[in-house]
Amino acid sequence: MTNRIRRTLITSSLALAAAAMLPLSAIAADKIKVAAIYTVPVEQQWVSRIHKALNAAQSRGEIEYVFSENVTNADYERVMRQYAEQGKGLIVGEAFAVESAARKVARDYPKTAFLLGSSGKPQAPNFSVFDNYIQEPAYLTGMVAAGMSKSGQIGMVGGYPIPEVNRLMHAFMDGAREINPKVKFTVSFIGSWFDPPKAKEAAFAMIDKGADVMYAERFGVSDAAKERGVLAIGNVIDTQPQYPDTVAASALWNMEPTIDTALKMVQAGTFKAEDYGKYSTMKFGGSEMARLGTFEGKVPAALVAKVKAKEKAILDGSFTVKVNDTEPKSN
Amino acid sequence: MMDFLTTLFDMLGSASFWVATLRVATPLILGTLGVLICERAGVLNLGIEGIMVAGAFTGWLAVFNGADLWTGVLVAGLVGGAFGLLHAVLTVWLTVSQHVAGLGVTLLATSLSAFAYRVSFPQVSTPPTIEAFAPLESLADLPLIGPVLAGQTSLTLLAIALVPAIAYLLYRTPMGLALRMVGENPAAAEGQGVDVIAVRTGAVIAGSMLMGLAGAFLTLSAFNAFFFNMINGRGWICVALVVFASWRPGKALLGAVLFAAFDAAQLRLQQAGGVLPYQIYLMLPYLLSILALIVMARRAAYPQALMKPYRKGER
Repeated sequence: MTNRIRRTLITSSLALAAAAMLPLSAIAADKIKVAAIYTVPVEQQWVSRIHKALNAAQSRGEIEYVFSENVTNADYERVMRQYAEQGKGLIVGEAFAVESAARKVARDYPKTAFLLGSSGKPQAPNFSVFDNYIQEPAYLTGMVAAGMSKSGQIGMVGGYPIPEVNRLMHAFMDGAREINPKVKFTVSFIGSWFDPPKAKEAAFAMIDKGADVMYAERFGVSDAAKERGVLAIGNVIDTQPQYPDTVAASALWNMEPTIDTALKMVQAGTFKAEDYGKYSTMKFGGSEMARLGTFEGKVPAALVAKVKAKEKAILDGSFTVKVNDTEPKSN
Repeated sequence: MMDFLTTLFDMLGSASFWVATLRVATPLILGTLGVLICERAGVLNLGIEGIMVAGAFTGWLAVFNGADLWTGVLVAGLVGGAFGLLHAVLTVWLTVSQHVAGLGVTLLATSLSAFAYRVSFPQVSTPPTIEAFAPLESLADLPLIGPVLAGQTSLTLLAIALVPAIAYLLYRTPMGLALRMVGENPAAAEGQGVDVIAVRTGAVIAGSMLMGLAGAFLTLSAFNAFFFNMINGRGWICVALVVFASWRPGKALLGAVLFAAFDAAQLRLQQAGGVLPYQIYLMLPYLLSILALIVMARRAAYPQALMKPYRKGER
């Protein structure tokens, strides 16, 4: 009697296990399991672009997407390992502050594909890198900024002067100088990614000193511009819907080309260590200057023509925006 | 050097600098008063950083869900008070370590706010906003301080008005006397028929309500949206400012305004450019505050029973 029960139990649990495994492998065959690990909330501009592209892939039915947000750098490696252990096909994230730990995890799980934001190089066989190389639209928005400024003073408020921020600020400044070589820049950093009240104070200080176009690298800057009736230039995301009379132009980052390429590779089993940086350029649709929207007609036609011509030159390769990762300074 | 000095004098003479200073100071004034009330009763409240997060979040959430701004302020105060009650239960009733309990409250309040935020807003691409308090433009006609006050909102005026109010309560009322007594010598207070546990509990709750308001200022006045990390250490600064203030409300106001002035100044000096790395400017308010602390805190008379739990009947 007891034996029979035991036997039944064993068989049924085996059957259960087999049944449980079957649909899993069936799903795995067509849907890639993707996990993303973010050090900040998904509303943060930079991360929101990755989140958006992955959500899009999920709603197309291509992937099963899970994510962890607000993961501290100290915890980052643990969460990476957890997802790798769960057998995720692709792990997306940001390695900037955890380069060596992240690379170690990738070495330990060679069958998992890793696609991480990084200023470093890819690492064979499975650690690919990407970054927000959107200096091209940043240059174009700089042209708009200088053309729209009456005082010739542009204010820029950043979080920290890291390469991801610096290169966009420099491209923006280069673009502005092309329109008005005498334009003055004031630059300050607030030493935080998330302190909109402080970013707003920094912006107020610049507007008080005569800046009439603000480069909004952080949340809070456009708010100051709106309150004082000056203009702002958006970065990474399009905030014109929130500030229709303030944000004149925005340099957008589209993560879709990067994510979709990686997914295709994982699907085909050909994912390898590569630099995905180029998929953030305008040529690949990885970045663009947002449509002028509410500023259609407010930006002078001659300026629009110049920007369009430059856009074309960038796309056909006859003009290259310089990448400069050094810390920008006021002049 | 001359350039620098002209910049400095221009800055100190401009209304916009003082507008910014008061705006930056407001959460610090409220938070410092909150810490001061707790510590005057003998309880260190390191829950402040988290209570400010909770106040910032709940006040903002109430307004986002249709409440008016003052209801939002009230909600932030009540939520602050609730966390204060938790801290009081832990430290005053159960007499656990005030440091550990306070840090625990900070972690709990911060994480709970983050959790509640994500549950309320699972799918947002940019943080939702509200219509925040507007500056009181009508005050612009007042002589001298008009332009400075006109840039402020009602919450800033409330914070400044609370300074003399709390000083009066502390030094001119029996309740204030009882509160100061339980922070100096709880056994003697008990001997006078004061219920030490009740007074300390009340003080921690009241102080924590002010911390909740301090947080709410950031989401209802200084800005119009909630971000996880937006308190950004302001709570810890309040804890230091109380020492600077020698546990006195008037000096607390002075300390908060001084720190805020340094911060407003560094933002202005930083953008003027120059050879110094930006980190030096960011460090300036903290550095100068430490120097001020050294000067001011030498003769600081701290509450004698601070951080000493009171157990009835124990000698």
